[in-house]
Amino acid sequence: MSDINAGGWRPSMGEAGDAKFTTSSGDYGLMLEEALSFELGSPDKCGVDLDPADRAPVAGLGKFLRKAAPGLPGLTEPETVRHYTRLSRQNYAIDLGPFPLGSCTMKHNPRLNEKMARLPGFADVHPMQPQKTIEGALEVIEQLADWLITLTGMASVAMSPKAGAHGELCGLLCIRAALDARGEKRDVVLVPESAHGTNPATAAFAGFKVESIPATPEGRVDVAALKAKLGPNVAGVMITNPNTCGLFEPDMKEIGDAVHAAGGYVYCDGANFNAIVGKVRPGDLGVDAMHINLHKTFSTPHGGGGPGAGPVVLSEALAPFAPLPFVTRGADGSIHLVEEENASEGHAQAFGRMVAFHGQMGMFTRALTYILSHGADGLRQVAEDAVLNANYVLRSCEDLLPAPFADSGPCMHEALFSDAGLAEGFTTLDIAKGLIDEGFHPMTVYFPLVVKGAMLVEPTETESKAGLDRFIGSLRSLAQRAKAGDQSLHSAPHFAPRRRLDETLAARKPVLVWKGEPGVPGTPSLSEIGGS
Amino acid sequence: MTRFFSEDHEWIEVEGDLGTVGITDYAQGQLGDITFVELPAEGSTVGKGDSVSVVDSVKAASDVYTPVSGTVAEVNGALADAPELVNTQAETGGWLFRVTLSDAAELGALMDDAAYKSYVESL
Repeated sequence: MSDINAGGWRPSMGEAGDAKFTTSSGDYGLMLEEALSFELGSPDKCGVDLDPADRAPVAGLGKFLRKAAPGLPGLTEPETVRHYTRLSRQNYAIDLGPFPLGSCTMKHNPRLNEKMARLPGFADVHPMQPQKTIEGALEVIEQLADWLITLTGMASVAMSPKAGAHGELCGLLCIRAALDARGEKRDVVLVPESAHGTNPATAAFAGFKVESIPATPEGRVDVAALKAKLGPNVAGVMITNPNTCGLFEPDMKEIGDAVHAAGGYVYCDGANFNAIVGKVRPGDLGVDAMHINLHKTFSTPHGGGGPGAGPVVLSEALAPFAPLPFVTRGADGSIHLVEEENASEGHAQAFGRMVAFHGQMGMFTRALTYILSHGADGLRQVAEDAVLNANYVLRSCEDLLPAPFADSGPCMHEALFSDAGLAEGFTTLDIAKGLIDEGFHPMTVYFPLVVKGAMLVEPTETESKAGLDRFIGSLRSLAQRAKAGDQSLHSAPHFAPRRRLDETLAARKPVLVWKGEPGVPGTPSLSEIGGS
Repeated sequence: MTRFFSEDHEWIEVEGDLGTVGITDYAQGQLGDITFVELPAEGSTVGKGDSVSVVDSVKAASDVYTPVSGTVAEVNGALADAPELVNTQAETGGWLFRVTLSDAAELGALMDDAAYKSYVESL
């Protein structure tokens, strides 16, 4: 093979097919190797015609005038397009197959969403346009907000947070503002072990001290332990429901009542809302704040489409403190935005602002399209099918892979397995890498931490029974190989563009900057990078 | 010199009023390859049970709790470039930080070597 990307492409075809020879290009039919853009490029190439340097408008740049060439990879447009298209063919996506990443709700992104988001009236609006010219866009935000409030049974919703963890921060800042308004200094947030990992991080970032609540042997919040921690220093509790063990927290109302009685607030991580949408209203369970990942439950793309959206629904108690801006209706029925200058219209106590503008229009349009195309009954069926699919996976594999909470009743959106019982030396990582060879994206691994060698599978409602059976067949085959001590599993993946990576070296000595001569093939070898 | 162990798998070796703290060999084995260690600030005041350090491995980021209260006297600077010391020498060269004890009586709540061994076997 050629020496482009020398650190890279499968050193031989391994067990892939009957190939007994190598090709001179390093490509194998439609399996295309690709060099780094720096190796492909050369300083004398450029995708556009720039003004000669002596005519460039540099006057006034002063000390900011660049003294050396920027070291960009010089590529033509077709080279650039091919580079990224070739790389994209080595990627895995929900459009290629199941993406069973637990607690991530990787579901199909309906194309109707995309069609609506591309309507010029939504796609081309600018956040600084006069409000009179974007009333339709504001109405989309208002309608989506109404749906989110209805589905969650809450009082209000802050639409501007950009993603789940941003929404968590919004919720905790609302709690802090509410405590400030009461003149109380409470500095502890309780977080159960079954919560998402971002929860304690958010609480710490918001300036609270985090105290952990243990899980019961059934994988749920230890209510007695939680109640024992409540007191005048507790600002609130952050609970993920359904939790990361894939279980519904049935004691939510009791927890909420106890927290409220002790003067605290209840934050619910709504990342797993997909399992209960249309079935359970968190507002009825005593929740004060919950973020909703539009890219999970409401099918907007994960990444790739720009920033996400994580609206936060709020109870009566927290609603006054929600961040600006807000879409609202005047007495005459006209729609407009509440910003700082008109905050007196019901938002005088807003804790501030989390982002520059009103939120992520493209995501709002996609989510509302999803909601309207499903309707209330369709959304309920989403939850039912997602839960049914997860239970089908759980019960189809639990004879081979231990399911630590299988006796706790049906799971919700995700099936949780452990790697106990595999042959000596075989772990969750071997199963995950083996899934790549089987043509699937691996599940979430080693999370939640309360389960040894956790494997967290969330099929979502997207998968058909036939699709689930294929996945289950692969998972069962891998479990059997790992139980039998099949050594070839240790070196999986065999058929991916790259073999098993040294994750330790990658984390300890990450190579983040390409150092070399533009246009010269060959990356530094691992020994040159240094691994002392 | 006496060595004590916590249920969270920290060890502390005490000499006079200075305690050296690390995670146990059992703990490093559970975590897998350590990739980064976040250490407390020298001079900071810590309370028994506080999360004062974070150990990142290829599997997880785990909090390290100080088994005693006091003031952080020194941290193991070698871990910045060689976090793998926590794997290879968990209970010697891979120590995390030293604390000037403010209340030596807190040591009474910790386990000795034999008690920790049987604790680990019970897990």
